[in-house]
Amino acid sequence: MKEQDSKSPLLRVLFYLLVVVILVFNLFPFLYAIVSSFRPNADLFSTDLFPKAFTFLHYDEIFKDSRFVTGLINSIIVAGCTVLISLALGSLCAYALGRLPFRFKGPVLYIVLTMTMFPQISVLSGLFVMLKGLNLFNTRQGLIMTYLIFTLPFTIWVMTQYFRSLPRELEEAAYVDGASPLEVFWKILLPLTVPGLVSTGLLAFIAAWNEFLFALTFTVTDQMRTVPVVISQFSGATSYEQPWGAIMAASMVVTIPLVILVMIFQYRIVAGLTAGAVKG
Amino acid sequence: MISPKKLLKRYLLRGVGSLFLVSLATTTGFGAGVTIRFTGDSSGDSGTFTKALIEEWAQKTGNKVEIISRPNDATATLAQYQQYWAAKSPDVDVYQVDVIWMGICAPHAVDMKKYVKEDEISQHFPRIIENNTVNGKLVAIPWFTDAGILYYRTDLLEKYGYKEPPKTWEELAEMAKKIQDGERKEGKKDFQGFVFQGKASESVTCNALEWVYSYGGGTIIDPDKKVTINNPNAIKALQTARSWVGSISPPGVVTYGEEEARNVWQAGNSAFMRNWPYAYATGQDPKSPIAGKFDVTVLPKGGDNGKNAACLGGWQLMVSAYSKQPDTAADLVKFMTSQESQKKRALQLSQFPTLPALYSDPEVLAKNGWFKNMLDVLKNAVARPSTVTGADYNQISTAFFQNVNKVLSGGTSAQDAVQQVEKVGKRLVR
Amino acid sequence: MAKEIDLMERQRRLAWYLIVPAVLVVFLVIGYPLIQVLVYSVLKYKLDGVTPPSFVGLGNYLFILTDSDFWHAVAITLIFSVCSVTLEAVLGLTVAMVANSNFKGRSFLRIAILIPWAIPTVVSSKIWAWMFNDIYGIVNVLLTNLHLIPQKIAFLATPITAVPVIIAVDVWKTTPFMSLLLLAGLGLIPGDLYEAASIDGATAVKKFFSITLPLVMPTLLVALIFRTLDALRVFDIFYIMVGGQGNMATMAIYNQQWLVSFLDAGIGSAASVIILIIIMIFVILYTRFSKTSFE
Repeated sequence: MKEQDSKSPLLRVLFYLLVVVILVFNLFPFLYAIVSSFRPNADLFSTDLFPKAFTFLHYDEIFKDSRFVTGLINSIIVAGCTVLISLALGSLCAYALGRLPFRFKGPVLYIVLTMTMFPQISVLSGLFVMLKGLNLFNTRQGLIMTYLIFTLPFTIWVMTQYFRSLPRELEEAAYVDGASPLEVFWKILLPLTVPGLVSTGLLAFIAAWNEFLFALTFTVTDQMRTVPVVISQFSGATSYEQPWGAIMAASMVVTIPLVILVMIFQYRIVAGLTAGAVKG
Repeated sequence: MISPKKLLKRYLLRGVGSLFLVSLATTTGFGAGVTIRFTGDSSGDSGTFTKALIEEWAQKTGNKVEIISRPNDATATLAQYQQYWAAKSPDVDVYQVDVIWMGICAPHAVDMKKYVKEDEISQHFPRIIENNTVNGKLVAIPWFTDAGILYYRTDLLEKYGYKEPPKTWEELAEMAKKIQDGERKEGKKDFQGFVFQGKASESVTCNALEWVYSYGGGTIIDPDKKVTINNPNAIKALQTARSWVGSISPPGVVTYGEEEARNVWQAGNSAFMRNWPYAYATGQDPKSPIAGKFDVTVLPKGGDNGKNAACLGGWQLMVSAYSKQPDTAADLVKFMTSQESQKKRALQLSQFPTLPALYSDPEVLAKNGWFKNMLDVLKNAVARPSTVTGADYNQISTAFFQNVNKVLSGGTSAQDAVQQVEKVGKRLVR
Repeated sequence: MAKEIDLMERQRRLAWYLIVPAVLVVFLVIGYPLIQVLVYSVLKYKLDGVTPPSFVGLGNYLFILTDSDFWHAVAITLIFSVCSVTLEAVLGLTVAMVANSNFKGRSFLRIAILIPWAIPTVVSSKIWAWMFNDIYGIVNVLLTNLHLIPQKIAFLATPITAVPVIIAVDVWKTTPFMSLLLLAGLGLIPGDLYEAASIDGATAVKKFFSITLPLVMPTLLVALIFRTLDALRVFDIFYIMVGGQGNMATMAIYNQQWLVSFLDAGIGSAASVIILIIIMIFVILYTRFSKTSFE
């Protein structure tokens, strides 16, 4: 943890300036999107920074659309399951790779990495054929399976790194007390990796939540579709028109669960080992 | 004594089981006629209209229709369709397809000549039917059509002393420059003379085809598979367009699609615009700054010896070759493309019917007076070379639009551009 | 002694049980697509529904390797990747350190820094494209009102201005990814190390280079490799902001064009394999560089 002691007033001012710059830089487009979501259609492309008129019309439109609500539910299910499976499978595997004796650690890590090396488009038709063959086409399970391609390698690598950085003394104490390797994992090491779990979990959730190409290709009925695909289907009076207001409103709605997740979990990200983990 | 838990489980299972059976029954449609699956416009005004039309047919015939939604973007839509066709899937019976996909769709479509008689076919615009016929097979029935047109500000033309819209591109350039300079002097710094679609995508293929054709430069590839793009008229056309960029058109026009151009136009910041007819209704909306101040006409000719061009757009309906109930599907298609249905579309959505007869229909004209002048435009609309190139259409279109875009932004000369396109074209129609 | 060996054995066995499922998932999900890509890459295979596939050996590969469009795409992708990832690493670490500090409102900051990553790429790219619009975009309006540029610029019209803009947007979007991982990594560094260093009279700069950087390096390296892989496969942001402009296609756009637009599974698959090889080269370079040892 960075110490705040004896910082000169100048440094403090600079520091807060930096904070403000970061905030503005990150949030400005988001603010623009929020403002647009409340603008009536006629004003959507005006250059005024602040809206002259204010409307809830777009939010009304999107929630009246049952596909949008279904899409939200599907997205929650798919992203949630993807993250849970990745974290479960990934952290177990990472524990082994980071802590247990195993001869082929390097090769395994790189084999797992190959999943991420393909452009999405290259594996699209292969996966399509496979899903159809396994009867998983147009199902949430099928989509979850394909999402593991990008969440699993990443989870394994980050968590392996995390496990490796934990001090050995913790385990040795436990083994002396007669604990099994799994108990050591579950009771001692895993709780210490919560920051890593939270980071990878959040990032994996966001990746799965916003994923478009696989969702578009592997689900075809409104019951199964996730929210990014539903948004892409919004159209104005003709297919040339982009219902900018509705899209912005939908994006706001779609970003809110993510913000809530971050709010809940963010304090766990910076836990550190100073929480008295090592006795004595 | 059975525990309450076990009892609950038993009834739960029974409940779920019977629900399951009921759902099975309803999906297999016991005695409910045939279920046809349609994919096409399903959101926005177009979607609402389509759904209502399909429901009408369903009621009349006692069948059911399931609608599968498609992405708003045409390219994403085609990619979705292709997955179905690659799997020879019977999951969709009727597809709404773009006018340029005929070559790609042909192997996966039923020949509509089986279901529609010659005299019915001839009621549609001949150019569209020609476009939709691949190797003698009528791949899809026209549903509604579109063509590129010139929008002009009637109030500004009057203000600067012009009585009529321009007849040639040269006239347009002159008028646009005068109006642009005048308006900018009065303080409208962002005013442009002419906006169109220069974005490297299918949009500029349409625009550029219109320029090339209007100068007598052909249609890139002839229906007889001859690659005609490399000719002096085509070169002149592209050079003319290049001269607009930075003088009467903003340099950013090379990134403009339909909506970007419409934004500039509808805000009142342009004297002329080339766009599809959809911008007419949005422009005349009471809240629009230009309502009542503009009109439309056919695009200008390339010089006095040129021809008027209008790029053919629009959507068609096709029956899947893998459908398990093609006859019923064809019936739905015939209903949706009938004169009655198309008239409804013209009245509700102000979109162009594909039947010339409707352009003299009093009710249609009462709602859309401007359709009368569009009849000639549509009759002479020029189709992109999609039918002759079939599945390779995207390759020639990409080569064309990338090179045209480069010409517009000054990255290459018109001569080099047409030579590049010719090279690709020759490779494809070998 | 015997107890220790016994423990080793249990650990070894457990390791197999834990690792094999994950590896199996990899093979299951990626196995078939990989084989299909390899097989198709040596065929002449148009997905038009009529032409049957035929064997052409290395013909597709030759076509791509002699296609200037392909090499152009590689160049664009490499320039983009190097610039993006470097900037993201530097900014990500800076933001992570700020977010790691103890100050009022840091919870708000931590939520705020994740926002760019949370907004769907399709949406944020469109917002940025609009902000850089040549007439109405806020960037042009601000720059001309502040008299910083003589007239409005069409940023996305040519590569010279468009590529830096796209890099900036990508940095905006993915710095959160780096920050979040690095934030977690920073949490692994024991606070007492800093205390001890303070007592020894070390400056903030010295603390950074001798404590922070070395100890966050492992996490940084993992974040780097994944960001690099993502950058090399970039598609969405280029596609939405500069669409089909041939001189700004990336490798993934080139790949997509042949596979989906041109319906050529043969060339498309060969392109996929070549791109895969290029990416693998980067991974190998990374291993050399990180010199991480796996016991």
